[in-house]
Amino acid sequence: MTLLTDPPKESFRLSMLLYDTRYRSATIQAIAMIAFMLLAAWLINNAITNLNNLGKPMSFGFLTDTAGYDINQRLLDYDSQDSHLRAALIGLLNTLVVAVLGCITATIIGVFVGVMRLSNNWLIARIMTVYVETFRNVPVLLWIILAMAILIETLPMPRAFKGDTPTATMDLFNTVAVTNRGVYIPEPLFSRSLGDIHFLGDMALRFDVSMDLIAFLIVLGLSIFGMRKVTARANVIQEETGDRPKTWHVLLGLLFGPSIVLMIALGFHLGYPELKGFNFRGGIHMRNSLIALWLALSLYTAAFIAEIVRAGILAISAGQSEAASALGLRPNRTMRLVILPQALRVIIPPMISNYLNLTKNSSLAIAVGYMDITGTLGGITMNQTGRELEGVMLLMVVYLAISLSISGVMNWYNNSVKLVER
Amino acid sequence: MKKTVLLGALTVAGLAAGAAAAGTLDDVKARGTLNCGVTTGLVGFAAPDADGVWGGFDVSICRAVAAAVLGDSTAVEFVPTTGKTRFTALASGEIDMLARNTTWTFSRDVDLKFTFVGINYYDGQGFMVPKDLGVSSATELDGATVCIQTGTTTELNLADFFRSNNISYEPVPIETNAEGQQQYLAGACDVYTTDASGLAATRATFEAPGDHVLLPEIISKEPLGPLVRHGDNEWGDVVRWTLNALVTAEELGVTSANIGEMSAGTNNPEINRLLGTEGTLGAMLGLDAEWAKNAIMSGGNYGEIFAKNIGEETPIGLARGLNAQWTNGGLIYSPPFR
Repeated sequence: MTLLTDPPKESFRLSMLLYDTRYRSATIQAIAMIAFMLLAAWLINNAITNLNNLGKPMSFGFLTDTAGYDINQRLLDYDSQDSHLRAALIGLLNTLVVAVLGCITATIIGVFVGVMRLSNNWLIARIMTVYVETFRNVPVLLWIILAMAILIETLPMPRAFKGDTPTATMDLFNTVAVTNRGVYIPEPLFSRSLGDIHFLGDMALRFDVSMDLIAFLIVLGLSIFGMRKVTARANVIQEETGDRPKTWHVLLGLLFGPSIVLMIALGFHLGYPELKGFNFRGGIHMRNSLIALWLALSLYTAAFIAEIVRAGILAISAGQSEAASALGLRPNRTMRLVILPQALRVIIPPMISNYLNLTKNSSLAIAVGYMDITGTLGGITMNQTGRELEGVMLLMVVYLAISLSISGVMNWYNNSVKLVER
Repeated sequence: MKKTVLLGALTVAGLAAGAAAAGTLDDVKARGTLNCGVTTGLVGFAAPDADGVWGGFDVSICRAVAAAVLGDSTAVEFVPTTGKTRFTALASGEIDMLARNTTWTFSRDVDLKFTFVGINYYDGQGFMVPKDLGVSSATELDGATVCIQTGTTTELNLADFFRSNNISYEPVPIETNAEGQQQYLAGACDVYTTDASGLAATRATFEAPGDHVLLPEIISKEPLGPLVRHGDNEWGDVVRWTLNALVTAEELGVTSANIGEMSAGTNNPEINRLLGTEGTLGAMLGLDAEWAKNAIMSGGNYGEIFAKNIGEETPIGLARGLNAQWTNGGLIYSPPFR
């Protein structure tokens, strides 16, 4: 016989939502949620109503209209008869170019400066401190404008290369022209090129892929695969005999050999820039708007990255480097083999937000006339079509997508280097 | 059910907000100042002087409207806008009118929903190059680097011009006239293109204006004029007829010098109607009887404003040309005040 009886069945009353602590927080959250959604609905409704009153209902049809304007830096084919959507795509690629270049350079400079700032050499450490503090504490827009002004005002104009007694000459054995309209460098050309594959026909998002590039990537991939095999074999021999066979000449040959053979097969030669008419023609033209933006964004973000790297290194206890010294490791090997691998775990998460900042700061490009997506979709297109709300919404979606992709990739990398606890 | 009621109420509120925004004339009167969009600085058209007081051809239109509506030509808040920001500023209500050498085009009128109230300057797009470049025609510009203000009709004309002549160019987009000037003078671009009047105004500020030439080609029609938002016809009428009053005043010989004696009454009925001594034109606009008199007194008639700011006596040195009165063979023509 059991003495326990079931507790009396409680019936649910509405007042319990407020007075019963089990339900109260859920009630409050639900009310807050409804209030928030009402506010959002009101804002959206207000915008739509007012746009309708203005006679401009929301529509994205403008994207298929003819853009009518030209863009100087274009990675894909584009002319003024293409659509606004294609102009936006060209702008997006320009944004990505400067973001990728900027992130790479900022990381290299930042890591270098961050390590140097901890140097025992008083002068070097102080110089790096001055660098970090100047770049970190001045708005990046000013750095961008300053970089552009320096490029425009100090470098010679293409006209100076003309005539019997030119005041300016090309550098590096007459292959590189540095002008105040940008830097012209030789471009790789193939006389027996494999051609391009064309995707998406005549659509606004059409693009070409160079078969030469794909061939190179395949050959490079095979080379690296071969190099790994050679290294693995060397490891096996070392384990068995204690002697490591000499591999560096094989590795070097594997890395460059196949690529050089492919280059000869494709008829590789360089196309040099030449002064024709008003400007240099031929070669790769890196416009000074790109250089100024790239330089300023890299130097500015590198100052923050340097601080992150310094903090990461200081977070590793001194005992680690003392232990490494006790084992007889030299300081630079200590840094490379002991400190940095551990510091990376501290460094990477704040690094993500700096990459995101750099990408978002690249929207200041219009200050130097660099046609990024803010300049095309958010600038000229918006102005010519009068679709401010739609344009800005698209821009926000694009930047959101870029930022989320960057943090996705970086989080994946962070997971792969973080301390594996067993 | 509750949600429907709420959304209905919100819609009503939204509509009411839209309706309240329509009476720009009342807003300006209640505010006591006119918000007028101008350029960020183009000497002769709109630029602040050494004391920070705005002056110029476009600025005079703003001042005339302020004088007509508020009786005070200084009651203007000048809002500098770039080629890119001007339309958003006007559409959002940040400014009441835009007087910023803006070209009247079909799509701006119909698609962007603006009302151009008239044309105060007939212009066309031209090219300026350094003299030592040795270029005498725009068709010789194959491969040239061209500085151009973004978000303007000139940008589209430029693309069309080079495409139709089958020659290539490299556009360098810039935001303001000052930036364009800096890049052009440093030689970062070979050519600077914008409206011919703007080129003349820019060249006038150079250290050595004689070293630069304007090419003979005028590649487009650029009728410039003040504009307001669609949907507020009363306000559009006020700005339109203030501009017409300045034009008519020149045609009828009313100047800032003789307006005092003329407003005492003349034997020309149109002058009397214009200056408010006869008829009730001011009341029809919702303004007082002396609206046009105030507008003309603020900076003179159209011809005086032209001569003082951009005429041949000024460093900018523009001839009247197309912008002469129709009685002198130009296109400046106002409907009658009747």
